[in-house]
Amino acid sequence: MKKTEHSPFSVLWREVVKDKLALSSLLLLSLILFIVYGASIMLDQEEIVKVDLLSIYAPPSAEHWLGTDYGGRDILGQLIIGTKNSFTIGLAITLLTGLIGLTVGLIAGYFGGVIDNVIMRIIDFILILPFLMLVIVFVAIVPKYNVFTFILIMSAFLWTGKARLIRAKTLAERELDYVSASKTLGTPDWKIIVREILPNLSSIIIVNLTLNLAGNIGIESGLSYLGFGLPESTPSLGTLVSYATNPDVLQNKWWVWLPASLLILVMMLCINFIGQALKRAADARQRLG
Amino acid sequence: MVKFILRRIVMMIPQLFILSVLIFLLAKAMPGDALTGQLANNPKMDAQTLAEMREKLGLNDPLYVQYARWIKNLLHGDLGMSYVHQQPVTDLLAGRMWNTVLLSLCILVLTYAIAVPLGVISGRWQDSWADKLIVGYSYVSFATPLFIFALIMLFLFGFKLGWFPTGGSVDIQLEEGTFDYYISKFNHLLLPSLSGALISTVGIIQYLRSEIIDTKVKDFVRTARAKGVPEAKIYSRHILRNSFLPIAAFLGYEITGLIGGSVFLESIFSYPGIGQLFLQSIMQRDYSVVTALVMISGLATLVGTLLSDIILSAVDPRIRIE
Repeated sequence: MKKTEHSPFSVLWREVVKDKLALSSLLLLSLILFIVYGASIMLDQEEIVKVDLLSIYAPPSAEHWLGTDYGGRDILGQLIIGTKNSFTIGLAITLLTGLIGLTVGLIAGYFGGVIDNVIMRIIDFILILPFLMLVIVFVAIVPKYNVFTFILIMSAFLWTGKARLIRAKTLAERELDYVSASKTLGTPDWKIIVREILPNLSSIIIVNLTLNLAGNIGIESGLSYLGFGLPESTPSLGTLVSYATNPDVLQNKWWVWLPASLLILVMMLCINFIGQALKRAADARQRLG
Repeated sequence: MVKFILRRIVMMIPQLFILSVLIFLLAKAMPGDALTGQLANNPKMDAQTLAEMREKLGLNDPLYVQYARWIKNLLHGDLGMSYVHQQPVTDLLAGRMWNTVLLSLCILVLTYAIAVPLGVISGRWQDSWADKLIVGYSYVSFATPLFIFALIMLFLFGFKLGWFPTGGSVDIQLEEGTFDYYISKFNHLLLPSLSGALISTVGIIQYLRSEIIDTKVKDFVRTARAKGVPEAKIYSRHILRNSFLPIAAFLGYEITGLIGGSVFLESIFSYPGIGQLFLQSIMQRDYSVVTALVMISGLATLVGTLLSDIILSAVDPRIRIE
């Protein structure tokens, strides 16, 4: 008998390929990332951040395809480095919050009782905090601020939504017969959680992580725009957009801020469209085929 | 119902307590204390007097004593002094708070004014071209970050087309209280609130759409139709009545988003509200203002969530059973 492939991954993949919008988003995003990561290996970062006073705010030309900024630095080069940093850090935050949210959610949902109660109260509390203001305060007062502290600060707030989702799903899964059967057989709890419940949640986790990735890139670039995101040594797409706080740049020097803004927009749209297709795939009633 | 409200309020007390402790500790962790600012303004003050003043202000007391004093002042409406502006934080906040509340209200009104009709159209004529267009718009607006959208709006409508003022909350020459003053104020509000509203409609649109799609095939709707009730009336009297109340209740939950949004919108449109004040204060290290603002925002979020929970439970009794 021939075994047909029905793993959650193949179902998700099939749905993305069937959805033309999601497929083109995936291709476009892969292309952008391929160019950005490829080019950033070849680009000399020193060369890009070098101030060139002779070509301040030069409009796009053959030498500088997207012109230069207030320090005469090439925008295209900064755009590439910024995209790489924004995407990598967005991904790191997503994975870290995913890991925390998954662990906490599985534990709270599976064991229930007092553990669940305590964890849920903590989550409820974090969710009502004025997130943006507190992140800014933390960024401003943390000593020796760098990329890693930024990732940690963001993750400290952002794991809660995931933990709540995973907990709710685990709670439902726990009541099903296969879990009770396993328990009767004497399978240890950790094994039931990791080997039996976790695989059943995988598609929901992937959907959630994808949609979160878009959100995290948005939050990171937004904070960098305000000046409370990535440190100056690691330029982000938001840093380029933040040059637009100068009305003259906003009004007359579109090449400085517009490409970065559009790139953030395009990346977030692409990731969201892929995420929406995955979301449909994870819900059998909505699948295209 | 009363029991639910009481329990819900009791639940808020530990949250408030932890919030205040957290903010107090943050304030303590901020570099410098209440006197560092004065020292900068008055270089003649020597170390001896400084130490004496610290002692007098109780900055050497154990933390819990300082916390108790801070809470006591807070409850009396004393938020401390701003050392950059040299005036009590409460005075500094008053005017700006009003501006931010005004902006937030405009955003809310516009959000609902845009989202409700779109949601109804989308649900009523499901799968029509209008529905597809609306769903498309809601996907795109969901993915668009506020600061980029606001910048592009400012660039297009403020600078390129010149339809709206590009900053501030009112023309400076105008006298307060005149008709022109209010017109100018409204004019300055329009672009920031449109920017905020156009991309926060997605939740309401999607909720209304799926509610209507679910409800319009239910038995009571079919009965109404069979009785010969006109289609427009079926929607206004039967279907929408059920869907509108929960939407109104979402208002309280929106506060978190509005506070975050005000930080971006006010900095982009240089609109003098508390979001802008917050950013300025943190850059100028005016920490008493920062602490007060975080505390107020936390409080506003808490109260907002409380209100929403109460309204929702009044509308839908199932929520009360926990």
